Amino acid sequence: MSSETKNSVSTVKLTIDNISVEVPAGTTVLNAARQIGGDVTPPAMCYYSKLEGSGGKCRTCLVEVAAGSAADPRPMPKLVASCRTTVMEGMVVKNITSDKVKDARAGVVEFLLLNHPLDCPVCDQAGECHLQDLGYEHGKEGTRYEFERRTFEKEDIGPYIQLHMTRCILCYRCTYVADQLTDNRVHGVLDRGDHAEISTYISKAIDNNYSGNMIDVCPVGALTDKTFRFKNRVWFTKPMYAHRDCPDCCGKVTLWQRGEEVLRVTARKDEWGEVCSHEGKPGWICNTCRFDKKAASDWVLEGPADVSRHSVISQGHYTGLQKPKETLPEVMGGRAPKLMMDIHDVSEVNKIELSQLPGAATGNDFNSPAAKEA
Amino acid sequence: MARKLLLDKAHVPGITTYDVYRREGGYRSVEKALKSMSPDQVTEEVKKSGLRGRGGAGFPTGMKWGFLAKPEGVPRYLVVNADESEPGTFKDRYLMEFIPHLLIEGMITASYALGSNRSYIYIRGEYVWIAEILENAIEEAKANGWLGKNIFGSGFDCDIYVHRGAGAYICGEETALLESLEGKRGNPRIKPPFPAVKGLWGCPTVVNNVETVAAVVPIINEGAEEYAKIGIGKSTGTKLISACGNINKPGVYEIDMTISVEEFIYSDEYCGGLPTGKKLKACIPGGSSVPILPANLLLKTAKGETRMMTYESLADGGFASGSMMGSGGFIVLDDSQCVVRHTYSLARFYRHESCGQCSPCREGTGWMEKILWNIETGKGKLSDIDLLWDIQRKIEGNTICPLGDAAAWPVAAAIRHFRDEFEWHVLHPQEAQTRNYGLMHYADPIHVPNSVMA
Repeated sequence: MSSETKNSVSTVKLTIDNISVEVPAGTTVLNAARQIGGDVTPPAMCYYSKLEGSGGKCRTCLVEVAAGSAADPRPMPKLVASCRTTVMEGMVVKNITSDKVKDARAGVVEFLLLNHPLDCPVCDQAGECHLQDLGYEHGKEGTRYEFERRTFEKEDIGPYIQLHMTRCILCYRCTYVADQLTDNRVHGVLDRGDHAEISTYISKAIDNNYSGNMIDVCPVGALTDKTFRFKNRVWFTKPMYAHRDCPDCCGKVTLWQRGEEVLRVTARKDEWGEVCSHEGKPGWICNTCRFDKKAASDWVLEGPADVSRHSVISQGHYTGLQKPKETLPEVMGGRAPKLMMDIHDVSEVNKIELSQLPGAATGNDFNSPAAKEA
Repeated sequence: MARKLLLDKAHVPGITTYDVYRREGGYRSVEKALKSMSPDQVTEEVKKSGLRGRGGAGFPTGMKWGFLAKPEGVPRYLVVNADESEPGTFKDRYLMEFIPHLLIEGMITASYALGSNRSYIYIRGEYVWIAEILENAIEEAKANGWLGKNIFGSGFDCDIYVHRGAGAYICGEETALLESLEGKRGNPRIKPPFPAVKGLWGCPTVVNNVETVAAVVPIINEGAEEYAKIGIGKSTGTKLISACGNINKPGVYEIDMTISVEEFIYSDEYCGGLPTGKKLKACIPGGSSVPILPANLLLKTAKGETRMMTYESLADGGFASGSMMGSGGFIVLDDSQCVVRHTYSLARFYRHESCGQCSPCREGTGWMEKILWNIETGKGKLSDIDLLWDIQRKIEGNTICPLGDAAAWPVAAAIRHFRDEFEWHVLHPQEAQTRNYGLMHYADPIHVPNSVMA
C-alpha cells in the first residue's frame, strides 16, 4: 500500500477482549476480531465474507458491546451480531471475557443442534464440519431436548450435489451463492420456521457451472459432493494444492487424494473455512474442475495444502510412516505386559503391514494379491 | 362519555363513501396542511402532539418522522402497516372497514409531511374485503382530486397503493414488511440500517401503524395542543383498544387514556364486566406478545396504585410486575381459563409464525411449544418449567427481530406469575385433564413491603 492511500483510508481503533486493534473504517467487528485471531474471534456459521449480504442469522457470533464508541460510550442494550456490526472509534467489545456472551452462545449451539441429526459417523462432512467444531468449542455436553428431531422428505437436486435437508442449519449461504455466482437462480428457501427448507423450486435440478460452490460454503453436511459420497473420510485423505489452466475459473484448487487417486476437488479454504482469495478475487471454482477432473494428470500439483494442525485432517499427512519406538519393555523392567486384548500391528484381515507402505494406504493396496489371500 | 377522535363518525350511515365522509368534515386536515402549512410544520405538530406509535412499541411518531433521511433526488416512502395479525388485536380492521377515508386522509397528510409521493398500505392478506374497501376509497379520493398530480394546486403529488400480504405474521415486522413489499421472502432485515435511512428499495421510509396515521387527522384538525390535552403524561390522545376474551361486550373501543383498567373492564360503556358468576383471573393488556398479568397486578400496580390504561401505567414495574400497552389487544381471562393451555396456544402461534431465519427463534419456539404441550397433557416434569425459563431467556434479545422477544415474553410472564399453576399441572396430571386450576389466589391483594412504598 502506498503512503498516499494509507493516509486516505481512515482507521478506527477499538478493543476486543482488552486487545486493541486498528482497522479501516467500515470493517465489521468480526473481521476486526479475525485480525487478532485466536480465541478472541467469534465463531461464524452463516457469515461468509465473500458473499454479500450474508450473516446475522445464526447468532453464534453475538458479542457484547460495553461501549458503543468514544463519542457515545453507552453500552449497547442487547448482544449484537459481530458479523453485521460496524466498528466505531473507541468501541469496547467483549467476547470471551463476557459471561453473557458465553451463555448466549452456548444457547445458540444448543438450538442449532436441536434438530441437527447426530449422524456424524455416516456424514461426509465429518472432520471438516463447522458445527462439530462449534459444538466442541462452545457447546455444553448433552442436550435437554427430548423430542423427535425434525425430518424432511428426501429430495434430488441434481447429479452432482447431495442435499440432506435434515442436517441444514439454514445459514442461507448457499442461496447467496445461487444469487450471486450463478446467473440463473433456481435455489432458495421454501416455507418458514423450523420447517423451512432449502430447495430448488419444484425440485428443478441445479445445472449451473458454478453451483458446486454451494458445497464449499455449506458449514454442515447438508450439501455434499455426490462424486465423493461415501468414498472416504476426509481425515484419511491427503489435501494437496494443485492448479490447472481453466478457461472458466481460477483453476486453483485443493485435491483430496488417497495415494495417486483424486477423490475430491474443492476450492482452497483459508483459516476461517472460507474460500481463499486469489489476486483479490474469491477463488470460486467451476463444476468442470470440481466434478470432472478426477485424474492426477489433469492437475499440476503444488504441494501439501495448509491445514490447521489442530484439524483432524492434518493427521493424514505422514509419508514414510515410522513405527514408534517400543518403550514398554523398558518401563516394565523386562516383564511382558499382560494384555487384556489381543492387539495386532498387522491387519489380520488384509495381511498388509500398514507401517511398511510408502504413504497412506490406498484402494490399490487392499486389492493387492497379498490382501486377496486373506 | 369520553371523547372520540377517530371513531366518532364511524357509525354515520354511508360513512365509507366519499360524499358522506366529506359532508361530515372529512379531508379538512389535508386542506389545512396543503394550504396553510409546510411539511416541516406538519411534522412539528405531530411532535408537539406527543403521539406515540400505536403498533406496539409506542415510539414517538414525530421523532420517527424526524429521523427520516432526506437526501436530494432520492424518493421517500410512507408505508402503512395494516398487517394486523397479533392474536387479540383487531382495532385496525375496525377502523379500515368502517371509516376507510380516515386512513386515506391521514396518509395524504402524512405523505405531505414526509415528502412521499408514493405511499403504500401493506394489508394483511386475510383482510380480503377490506383491501377492496380501501381501494374503493382511494378511487373516490382520486376522483375528487385528493390524490394524483399537483393536489389542489399545492404542487404536491401523491398516490396510494394497497398491497396485499400473503398471510405471514412476521410481515408485520417493519423490515420484513418492506422485504415482502419489494416482492421478496418476508424475512426481517438486520438493523442498522434502519428504514428511516434505507427502507423500501433502499430509500428512506417511514413505516407507521394504521391507527397512528389516522391519528394525524385529528392532530392537524384540532391542533397539537388540543390533542395533547387528552390523556395523562406522555400518553396523549385516544387509543383504540380491541377487547376480547371473557367479557360481556367484546369489541373495539376508543378510550382517552385517562381511565383505569378496572373501569375499562367493568364499566358498561366499555367491556361491561365479566359474565355472571365469573371472576377475573388474568389479562393480557396489549396483544398476545406482551406479558400476561394476574388480576391482582392488573388492577393495582405492585406499589398499590391504581393501574390506568396508559403506556406508562401498564408498563409500571417493568416486566417483573407490569406489562405493556402493546397494540391494544385486550384479552381477558376468567377463572375458567387455564393459563398453561393458553400459554401453549400462544407458543404454538409463534412457532408457526417464526420466519426461520435466525436460530434461537426458529428452534426455540418449537421446543417451547413441545414442552408446553407435554405439561398441558400431563406428561410434564417439574424440571420442564425451569427449562422453559432457560429457553425463553436464551431467545429473548438474541434474535434479529422482535418476534423472538414476543415469543419469549408470554412464556416468561406465565411462569413468573402462574408458576404454581404449571406445578399443579405437573403434579396432578390426571386432574389437570379434567378441571382447571381455577382462580386460586390470583385476585388476592398482594402484600407490599413498606420499603417498596417508600
